[in-house]
Amino acid sequence: MVPLSWYLALSAVLFTIGVVGVLIQRNVISLFMCVELMLNAVNISLIAFSRLHADVTGQLFVFIVMAVAAAEAAVGLAIIIALFRSRETLNVDDADLLKL
Amino acid sequence: MLLKWIVFAPLIGAIINGLFGRLFLARLGQRATEKLVGFIACASVGVSAALAFRVFLDLLRLPEGQRRIPEHLFTWLKVGSFQADFAYLLDPLSGVYILFITGVGLLIHIYAAGYMHGDPGYYRFFSYLNLFMFMMLTLVLADNLLLLFVGWEGVGLCSYLLIGYYIKWDVAGSAAKKAFVMNRIGDFGFMIATFLVFTTFGTISFVAKTINGQEVQSFLAQAASSPAVAAGTFTAIALLFFVGATGKSAQIPLFTWLPDAMAGPTPVSALIHAATMVTAGVYLVARCSPVYLKSPTAMAVVAVIGAATAIFAATIGIAQNDIKKVLAYSTVSQLGYMFLACGVGAFVAGIFHVMTHAFFKALLFLGSGSVIHGMNNEQDMRRMGGLKKYMQITYSTMFVGWLAISGFPLMAGFFSKDEILWRTWSTEALPHNWGKALWVVGAITAVITAVYMTRLMVMTFWGRERFTDTRDSHHAGAGHASGGHGDAHGHHGRPHESGWLMTVPLIILAILSIFGGYVGVPAALSMGRPNYFERFLKESVAQSEPATATHAGAPPAAVMAQSESHGATPAPESHGAGATAGATAGATAQTAHEGGHDVVTERLFTAISSALALLGLAFGLVFFKRNTLWRAPKLLEDKYRVDEFYDATVVGPVETLSRDGLWKVVDVKIIDGLVNGVARLFAALAGALRYTQTGFARNYAAVILLGAIIVIGYFIVSIFGIRINI
Repeated sequence: MVPLSWYLALSAVLFTIGVVGVLIQRNVISLFMCVELMLNAVNISLIAFSRLHADVTGQLFVFIVMAVAAAEAAVGLAIIIALFRSRETLNVDDADLLKL
Repeated sequence: MLLKWIVFAPLIGAIINGLFGRLFLARLGQRATEKLVGFIACASVGVSAALAFRVFLDLLRLPEGQRRIPEHLFTWLKVGSFQADFAYLLDPLSGVYILFITGVGLLIHIYAAGYMHGDPGYYRFFSYLNLFMFMMLTLVLADNLLLLFVGWEGVGLCSYLLIGYYIKWDVAGSAAKKAFVMNRIGDFGFMIATFLVFTTFGTISFVAKTINGQEVQSFLAQAASSPAVAAGTFTAIALLFFVGATGKSAQIPLFTWLPDAMAGPTPVSALIHAATMVTAGVYLVARCSPVYLKSPTAMAVVAVIGAATAIFAATIGIAQNDIKKVLAYSTVSQLGYMFLACGVGAFVAGIFHVMTHAFFKALLFLGSGSVIHGMNNEQDMRRMGGLKKYMQITYSTMFVGWLAISGFPLMAGFFSKDEILWRTWSTEALPHNWGKALWVVGAITAVITAVYMTRLMVMTFWGRERFTDTRDSHHAGAGHASGGHGDAHGHHGRPHESGWLMTVPLIILAILSIFGGYVGVPAALSMGRPNYFERFLKESVAQSEPATATHAGAPPAAVMAQSESHGATPAPESHGAGATAGATAGATAQTAHEGGHDVVTERLFTAISSALALLGLAFGLVFFKRNTLWRAPKLLEDKYRVDEFYDATVVGPVETLSRDGLWKVVDVKIIDGLVNGVARLFAALAGALRYTQTGFARNYAAVILLGAIIVIGYFIVSIFGIRINI
């Protein structure tokens, strides 16, 4: 059986990649993907603990997170399309004004 | 239940005139307003005077030894064992005071109604004057030190308002300020003394009170019956009260405000700065006489300061050319006499002089006001002369005042001054021979008094008419910068007699100045009949017994305690030593020790004071008739340069310290520096912190990450760190 620490290590690596991505990327779609990466990194650790403790609560959390992530993806992509339409760019540093 | 109306009647007048005077002026015009305002003011004081007379008769009807009428309005302050009532006390001392305050006050109000004619601030003037009456009556009728202090401060305030009455004239403004500041210095002593009285005796009342179910004797009775003589506390209390008295009554070293106070209208000078307010200091000392008698040191200080002030001010008075300034210094000098009397233990003689002085000095001031009025606001005596012809009534009344203040035999001032001088000579309250030395000072002052008053009369009423000499700088010395009322009359050039509103009070005061002294004729001069005034006042004023000291010390305590507890009449004390056969039945203690050789000596001294007065008058007449415009030594004309001395030693340094120290260093550098420094600190902080607000979302995300790492790191170290090792 794969030990718990492997899952946790994988989760930590994925989370860190997500964080670093959020910090260094400028493309708004990349940012969005990095955020998803962070969410799913957390999901992995939740599942791993759920299995370790033989408790479904963790898996329930994961479902909620996935549902929220799906909703967020819909809203987020809509915002990205609206952003591109108004500014013709996906660079977040150029979108530092609320009003043009 | 009449006492409160004596006090409050003038207050009602003050409120009506103060609040509605302006309205009257707008609706009725100047002439009708003057009539209405003058009537309200005089009527309110008239009511007060009538009631004062009435309650005084009530007081006389009470049996001797129980003459006290208390009136409790409400308990004002009650904190722990401290209690101050809003209550009045009428006893012989306050009785005498309210009689002459309301009496002289009424006359001066009537006079002022004529004097202030044409002044646009008529209602303001009378409002202040009535308020003053209210405060003065509160002062003398108060039954405890705190209420007395209310009146004390109140008269100071009214004095300030009235000295600075001519608001457009800056000299009046500075004089008012000076009076106020000097009185503050004295008040400091008064307050500390009051605190000391409370901590020492546990009460500040002049009458016995029930506090928290316990009968507490008045602090005066406690002091009188206290066995400890010359305890430091008694000296401290007495001297601190005297500091207050020097401020209010213009004694050395705080006397310089009174001559400057002459910038106020003349009726004010007569009422406040001669007859009533300035004698409040004497009242305070006489009221606290049991405390003073326990402290020979304090008595000596009071006597010496009094005598020094008397001669000091008299010598200045001889060199002044402003008619009101002469009278002002004369007032300071006479107040010195009163304190001399208190200091040698003759408190009753001091009060007697207060009363006669109120009559003749009010008369002299009002007379001088009439002269100033008649001369169209000329105050410089060098430009007067020969006024006798033009102002018959003023001249004759001033003539009476002149004789009275000089101590001409059988006038009011003669009896009181003679009494003071005799008591000074024969005092036993002071160390050996001090009395004799002080008597010499007092006697010289008596001569000088006669001389400078003669000079005033000669320069003003007799001799050549000098007012026609020069027409230039006519208003130079005049006080009425606010467009003098003299102009309203249209009598330019020639002196003229004043109207009846002004002359009638003069006549009444002149009569009082002649006969006012007869209430206190000493036993030695009245065929053995006792001194009524002294016997009457003995109940509320402790006396140190003169001459025959068969019972030294004891009686004041006994009298105070008995009258306090409404006990029986003080038991007649027996005296073997030479009681005169002429002593009547009622005249026990007093007459008895005045018997024997003392009567002879006292009569001799009466003869000496008469001679002194006549000497002064004769010298003055001969000298000043010949050298009317005699120039006094520069030092005297400059008032010994006391003002300059104070300027150099106190005012100057305080000013320099305030400007260069408090303003330029403390205010500008420290206080402003503190405020500006705080502002600058936050500006710098904000300047540093604004660099953290970059506006880039990723920077904020990085900070959030950093925070998360720190929190997680903390947990790892504190919790997981241990588990991992296991």
